[in-house]
Amino acid sequence: MIVAERKPLEAIVEMLDGQRKVLAVGCGTCVAVCFAGGKKEVEMLASSLRMATGINGEPLQVDETSEQRQCEVEYIETLDESIKEYDAIVSLGCGVGVQYLAERFPEKRIIPALDTKFMGGPTEAGVWEERCQGCGSCMLGSTGGVCPISRCAKQLMNGPCGGSKNGHCEIDEDIPCAWQLIWESMDKLGRIEELMEISSPKDWSTSRDGGLRRVVRDDLRLPEVEDS
Amino acid sequence: MAMQQAIENTEGKGAALKSGSNLERLLAAGHFAVTGELEPPKSHDAEIVRKRGTVVEECLDAANITDNQTAIVRMSSIGSAILLKGSSLEPVIQITCRDRNRLAMQADLLGAAAHGIKNVLCLSGDHQSFGNHPGAKNVHDIDSMQLIRMIKEMRDESKFQCGEEIPGGGPPFFIGAAANPFADPVALRPNRLAKKVAAGADFIQTQLVYDMDHFRKYMARVVDMGLHEKISILAGVGPLKSTGMARYMRDKVPGMMVPDIFVDRMAEAVKGIAKEDKAAKQEAWRAEGIKICIEQVKEMKQIEGVAGVHVMAIGWETAVRPIVEGAGLMPRPKVDG
Repeated sequence: MIVAERKPLEAIVEMLDGQRKVLAVGCGTCVAVCFAGGKKEVEMLASSLRMATGINGEPLQVDETSEQRQCEVEYIETLDESIKEYDAIVSLGCGVGVQYLAERFPEKRIIPALDTKFMGGPTEAGVWEERCQGCGSCMLGSTGGVCPISRCAKQLMNGPCGGSKNGHCEIDEDIPCAWQLIWESMDKLGRIEELMEISSPKDWSTSRDGGLRRVVRDDLRLPEVEDS
Repeated sequence: MAMQQAIENTEGKGAALKSGSNLERLLAAGHFAVTGELEPPKSHDAEIVRKRGTVVEECLDAANITDNQTAIVRMSSIGSAILLKGSSLEPVIQITCRDRNRLAMQADLLGAAAHGIKNVLCLSGDHQSFGNHPGAKNVHDIDSMQLIRMIKEMRDESKFQCGEEIPGGGPPFFIGAAANPFADPVALRPNRLAKKVAAGADFIQTQLVYDMDHFRKYMARVVDMGLHEKISILAGVGPLKSTGMARYMRDKVPGMMVPDIFVDRMAEAVKGIAKEDKAAKQEAWRAEGIKICIEQVKEMKQIEGVAGVHVMAIGWETAVRPIVEGAGLMPRPKVDG
């Protein structure tokens, strides 16, 4: 899932300066599951914003709603009518959701309430950890199911580096060394010899380095309708 | 197995000179080599580089010119190395994978070669969070293993990383790499060294060694694997400066093993000196640090497979001469090129 975390209240209040009536829009998918932008978080943020803005005068009017998915037009177009009465939209979606709202309602100011962190999942109650950076050419098949792109601070392809200690990364004792995990996993699988091969430089053109990425599936595209 | 094949195909130390650098020639002639480090200044002051070079030039066969070491911005390694022209100190430029992508690395390598630089050390680079620009974006387009291979292919096959030919032939570098015998998982460290040999490294400088027993075991494994015949291994040594430093390195520095005996010896050295007599304490510590280091260098000479030492006395360049002298390694031999 996409993991996000709410921005500090003061940062959101600052971005709302000058607005009088806003709509806080939650998202019912990833960010709801990681307790950052679901219905409940929308309620909490809305009431916090009312209180915070009320202290210094006229409180901001914050109405609340939540869509199942901000990242699909079919869900957010239901706001087409109701959005008209607002000065701005506060999105509690991930970066994708924020941009879909911005594209759908270009005349409205958009305020992102969350910081989108990464693709990952919970490792224990209240803790989420990164697992994927979307590099566009998955190498998990040759690294024992542990991703060196998202989990090694130096994105080594032939790790571990000299800073691995007691299974942890040199930059933080709480971060497991990805390459230690890779060696352990490959060892269990009886595939350690494969790690003795030098992996070639990665082709980063499938990553963000190649510019805006797009997936096109011809089998799913609608036939072009000729102008009549 | 492809890697075994790659190691066997490595010409090894007896082959024709690849760069003709002083360091390479000395090692090829079987001399026990001594390298060290020169830290560029945090400024554009050329004199500082030259002065630091003067302090160590008679004691070292070559000096690594660090590349934004510990992720702190300094004068560039190549720029500093060029300033040493005219001195007898031969530079080993360092290239980290942290700050440059493959385009920049290859461009810099061509530039360095054009300036007559012949030694290069390939490193991952300390993480930027340790340095003075923790918000910097790191690159890591390729890793140190891939960097070694890239330089080897540039040199031996006159090819850029993309496969295109380098007009007029590739740059002749003596290719170095780092190895840490003490990092985890310890058991696979000799294998990782084997990978660097297969990638094409000509020499290795190890992380600072204090735990000699552990290092001996590591070297025994390296010799068993026959790696010492393919590559020149320079053992990293460095003088301890104080009890606090010894303790810090033992307890806090990742990938470092410092036996208690050295911490105790440093503490013993200042016993009886009044706390407030800082100058006397420092002097006693430094004398003991140098003494320990000399003992280590002498021990290193006895270990099979160790082709030299890499003396790391960053910020304390004046310690290099007493160490090299004390270990009976002065004057440095000369081999005609």
